[in-house]
Amino acid sequence: MRVELENLSKSWDGVVGADNITLDIADGELVAFLGPSGCGKTTTLLMVAGIYKPTGGTISFDGQIVNAVAPKDRGIGMVFQSYALYPHMTVFGNISYPLRLQKLEKDEIRQRVQQVVDMMGIGDLLDRKIAQLSGGQQQRVSLGRALVKEPQLLLFDEPLSNLDARLRLTMRGEIKRLQKDLGITSIYVTHDQIEAMTMADRIAVMSKGVLQAYDVPEALYDRPKTLFVAGFVGNPPMNFFDVEIVQADGDFRAKSGGIDLVIPSDRAEKAAAVKGKVVMGLRPEDVDLVDDTSPATEGLTLTGETTVVEPLGREDLVQVSIDGVEMRVLVDKTKGVRVGDNIELAVNTTKIQLFDPETEQSLLWA
Amino acid sequence: MTQPSEKEALARAAVGAPGPQRRTLGRRVRSTVSAYGFLGPAMALVFVFFIAPGILLLILSFTDLSSANFNDPWNIIGFANFERLFTDPFFPKILRNTVFYVFTTLILFNLGLALVLALVTTSIPRRTGFFFRLVWLLPRLTPSVVYILMWRRIGQADPYGIYNQLFPEVLGASGGNLFLGGSPWTFVILTNGFIGASFGMIIFTSALESIPKDLLTAAKVDGASMWRIIRDIKLPLIKWPLLFIATYQTLSLLTSFEYILLLTDGGPGLFTTEVWALTAYKRAFASYAGNSQWAFGATWAIVLVTVALLLAAVYVKLFKFNELIEEPRIENL
Ligand SMILES: Nc1ncnc2c1ncn2[C@@H]1O[C@H](COP(=O)(O)OP(=O)(O)OP(=O)(O)O)[C@@H](O)[C@H]1O
Ligand SMILES: [Mg+2]
Repeated sequence: MRVELENLSKSWDGVVGADNITLDIADGELVAFLGPSGCGKTTTLLMVAGIYKPTGGTISFDGQIVNAVAPKDRGIGMVFQSYALYPHMTVFGNISYPLRLQKLEKDEIRQRVQQVVDMMGIGDLLDRKIAQLSGGQQQRVSLGRALVKEPQLLLFDEPLSNLDARLRLTMRGEIKRLQKDLGITSIYVTHDQIEAMTMADRIAVMSKGVLQAYDVPEALYDRPKTLFVAGFVGNPPMNFFDVEIVQADGDFRAKSGGIDLVIPSDRAEKAAAVKGKVVMGLRPEDVDLVDDTSPATEGLTLTGETTVVEPLGREDLVQVSIDGVEMRVLVDKTKGVRVGDNIELAVNTTKIQLFDPETEQSLLWA
Repeated sequence: MTQPSEKEALARAAVGAPGPQRRTLGRRVRSTVSAYGFLGPAMALVFVFFIAPGILLLILSFTDLSSANFNDPWNIIGFANFERLFTDPFFPKILRNTVFYVFTTLILFNLGLALVLALVTTSIPRRTGFFFRLVWLLPRLTPSVVYILMWRRIGQADPYGIYNQLFPEVLGASGGNLFLGGSPWTFVILTNGFIGASFGMIIFTSALESIPKDLLTAAKVDGASMWRIIRDIKLPLIKWPLLFIATYQTLSLLTSFEYILLLTDGGPGLFTTEVWALTAYKRAFASYAGNSQWAFGATWAIVLVTVALLLAAVYVKLFKFNELIEEPRIENL
């Protein structure tokens, strides 16, 4: 089912939940709503579900405006962070509830519930009370309840946030596989960008009720259109520096304090029009430690003193102070960087981002 | 506490060291002592104000103490009072009245109206709901005499009475004196019900508001209508408060009489709206030909208390209240 939101808004006398959201979701697509807490993800989702009445704008399913359609007639299934299972019913009672409300035949109910629990691998739990299930099992039941009525649209509100990291990983794959196999259009709300990046066909990045960007994951990562998106997408987050772009000897250079980098001209040219400072973005992984195996090149390095080293397992997250400006970089663990070391970093300047400090828009991907 | 291995225990026994058993015993004594220490004050209150008077009442019911023979207080006369009670010509009437009054008020108001009020005031905007609940609490904040006086003004006999003047034709009152001659029970039940409903309303409201919003959203998405949400989700989730209010209000209706006393004093006519608790009160404290029959009143009271205790036991069993008390998850330290 195609879903279109047009200028969708919701506010409660003065409090803005969602502000003029416009986006479209293709049939069978999984779209993630990504953003920090309180940015309006749940609000938007609940409007799509029909629980909240929009204060402005329209919601269309397959071209039909559904603003006035009751939740039960929207053909949706919903999965919650809290699982929202009915505690006084068994697993069977929970999963069969939507079907019982449709007054289907007992045999058909039993058969369709069986089909869903087999798919979810919870067939042996049917007679259990909800309190007797683990978090992961509860989330499977909740997913089963959403799927059993064969919805046209699945709505997920941070379904994995209450699970432990390992289970989250498994469930992530499972939900994605189910969604692709069944081809159900889905909206997946999360504040976990790894989840959004790995699962979604497209990601809607939101902030303070406003849609900041709506694009495929790679585009958001490599070509962020706003400062917010650049800072929010990616973990550890992108580093930002206030620099001046100057032209000398045919090279474009980004300068500020201890920073003096040669910027590829295709990127720098777009920024040269801006008078004064621009914001330069550099991801922590787009640098390399300079040592015997990878020598330095003039104009492509930064030097500084390490102030914090956090081992992440495969890599170390190192905080470097470059002439007073703090920067986080990822360094191979085997390099053995320690606090207080003076290090030199080779920068992959082809990955550099540039933003207008006033409008916070990208100068590269306008 | 972890189980000590057999070897350890043997080693301890060999050297005569204090084993874990001994320590546990000491602890158990200490924790028992401190448990009674905490329970003590409450137990003392219960004893002084419930158990001791109860015992006195029981003894009293086997005597013939009244204001007429005050000089011979503890004259035991056996079961004479009980015989007199059960053979009283108005005993069946009073019993029927009591059952009718308790269960009609309970079901229509203390449970029914309370539930409706709670469901409605939690489904409308918060402030409005709060306002209506507050209004409903006003009678509870009003002294009972004032409250009943207002009702008497409303229900007064024709040609007085606000009700008789405004709607003389409704409820079959047809210009007669609605209050005294017409339907005294209506007024007895209304006056008690309006006050009684507010207690359940408060309890049900807080129970309903503690139902997670997500559950109601899920039910709506699953396709439940408002009625089905109430029936399938809300009511089962406030089952315990419902059963608690049913039990508590049965008992309190059974033993309450002050509104009836003030409103009809059991009338009009003979024992029309007289309930058991009122009889007990009247026998003990209202003088019959200048004689307060304290012992006979005590007999009515002790039978009523016994019935109430039995009913409470039945409720507890029937509603499986022991399921509410779960073993603590925390192990004994
Ligand atoms: N029923 C409501 N009444 C008033 N304000 C609300 C209501 N629901 C949400 N809001 C406000 O709308 C904004 C967006 O809330 P929303 O629940 O959509 O955030 P979210 O993106 O889902 O956050 P989270 O990640 O914490 O779940 C918040 O500022 C919130 O306080
Ligand atoms: Mg949310």
